[in-house]
Amino acid sequence: MAAYDLSLRVWRGDSDSGDLQDYTVGVEEGMVVLDALHRLQQTQAPDLAVRWNCKAGKCGSCSAEVNGRPRLTCMTRLNLFAPTDTVTVTPLRTFPVIRDLVTDVSYNYEKAAQVPAFAPGAPAGDDGHHRMKQSDVDRVQEFRTCIECFLCQTVCHVIRDHEENKPVFAGPRLMIRYAELEMHPLDTHDRRDLLRGRAGIGYCNITKCCTEVCPEHISITDNAIIPLKERVVDTAYDPITRLGNRILRRRR
Amino acid sequence: MATQTHTRADGRGPAGTATGRGGAARASLRQDRWWVTPAVTVAVLTGFVGYGMWAAFRNAAYYADPYLSPFYSPCLTDSCPRDALGSGFFGDLPWISPAIPILIFPLGFRLTCYYYRKAYYRSFWWAPPACAVPDARRKYSGETRLPLIMQNVHRYFLYFGILFIGLLAYEAVGAFGFDGHFGVGVGTGMLVVNVVLLGLYTFSCHSFRHLCGGGLRTLSAHPIRRQMWQAVSALNRRHMVWAWASLLWIMITDLYIWLVAAGHLHDYHWVA
Repeated sequence: MAAYDLSLRVWRGDSDSGDLQDYTVGVEEGMVVLDALHRLQQTQAPDLAVRWNCKAGKCGSCSAEVNGRPRLTCMTRLNLFAPTDTVTVTPLRTFPVIRDLVTDVSYNYEKAAQVPAFAPGAPAGDDGHHRMKQSDVDRVQEFRTCIECFLCQTVCHVIRDHEENKPVFAGPRLMIRYAELEMHPLDTHDRRDLLRGRAGIGYCNITKCCTEVCPEHISITDNAIIPLKERVVDTAYDPITRLGNRILRRRR
Repeated sequence: MATQTHTRADGRGPAGTATGRGGAARASLRQDRWWVTPAVTVAVLTGFVGYGMWAAFRNAAYYADPYLSPFYSPCLTDSCPRDALGSGFFGDLPWISPAIPILIFPLGFRLTCYYYRKAYYRSFWWAPPACAVPDARRKYSGETRLPLIMQNVHRYFLYFGILFIGLLAYEAVGAFGFDGHFGVGVGTGMLVVNVVLLGLYTFSCHSFRHLCGGGLRTLSAHPIRRQMWQAVSALNRRHMVWAWASLLWIMITDLYIWLVAAGHLHDYHWVA
């Protein structure tokens, strides 16, 4: 595809007011949405605020909503759209806007600070070293690929459409953090009551949008949230498991 | 290049409100046909519920020797065929279809299933209808309160689901017996496929995955449970496929048995 003029519609504004504004930007084959935004910044709107860093889909900085879908703008190729299409770019809807496409994602860090940290027990070996098997950390390593782009947080309707749920729900990104710790073979902390309480896992109705938008293809719902929900069932909703654990004096 | 200013996407916009959000507020900017999936889900699930009600309440033509409709299996009243497993267990209940007393178990299993929850929360509840499309509810408490907190009983329905697989397998084996002789008919194949699909759906369940070993921190200390967990995890990746395939196949199997039992269709079979 040769060079063409792209109709680009960008939300411009700050926390007080804002509008969608139309631009026409010259683009070439192989460009991504972030390239078009940079071209716009260089040629027509030098004051356009857009957050970016690696341009390789690994830093999670350039998250925005492209035609209403949360995406990394650096990984969204323009050939996804017809040359006659208007491409609309708006800031992440769930978080307060700072300016233009840049949002304040502090909510995620505040929630992360509430997760009790990794708490390993005493080393099992005489040499004072912790050891674990690869097969025990395979599950956890999937969650470690998270790049904290917060696309899962912004698409989650629990906080996207219900601002009042932000104090009581940690969101999918933090659920995989909880899962990572709860499934870690060396961790000793039990976070199941916290999951049901402060993290609000019951608010998730497993509609899987977080999994759909994850650029790292982490199975957030199937491999993290549902296993955590089942762990919470063990401790809060299943009388037989609770009784069995008490009789057998079983500890996790 | 010309720059043109538009009004905000929804006419009121979130910017300037207490939340200070940018972009479109309630209106979705999605341009694809996001409504197709929820619309198809509503159509298929409504169709199944309608068919299921007709099948469960018809109380007739559910047995075409040796085939017993899966809607009526296990058949526990006196009106059931004599050789059906558990026949007569409830005694004589002429006022009720034998399908009704057992309906709660498969219904409860599917209603609380992690996959079907996604399907009907999206398509019937509109919470949300599609990703980044606004939730239809003004207030949302998810599965934290009654009645939706009851979704947590899913594993108990799983236990009955596993029992039902055994019962359906027994009836499928019985479908090889034609007047005391071994045989294979179209209905036999349908009942066997029915058990296989229901088995794949039941044993790919998220709760089963947890019970097999997903709840353990150190899988390597439990090699058998680890292998079970790995096998269930492999099945679980296609849980949605098994959910739809088994649902549709039950309907097709019942329809076939009804057609044969009512004399509308001849069952082709081979008997040794």
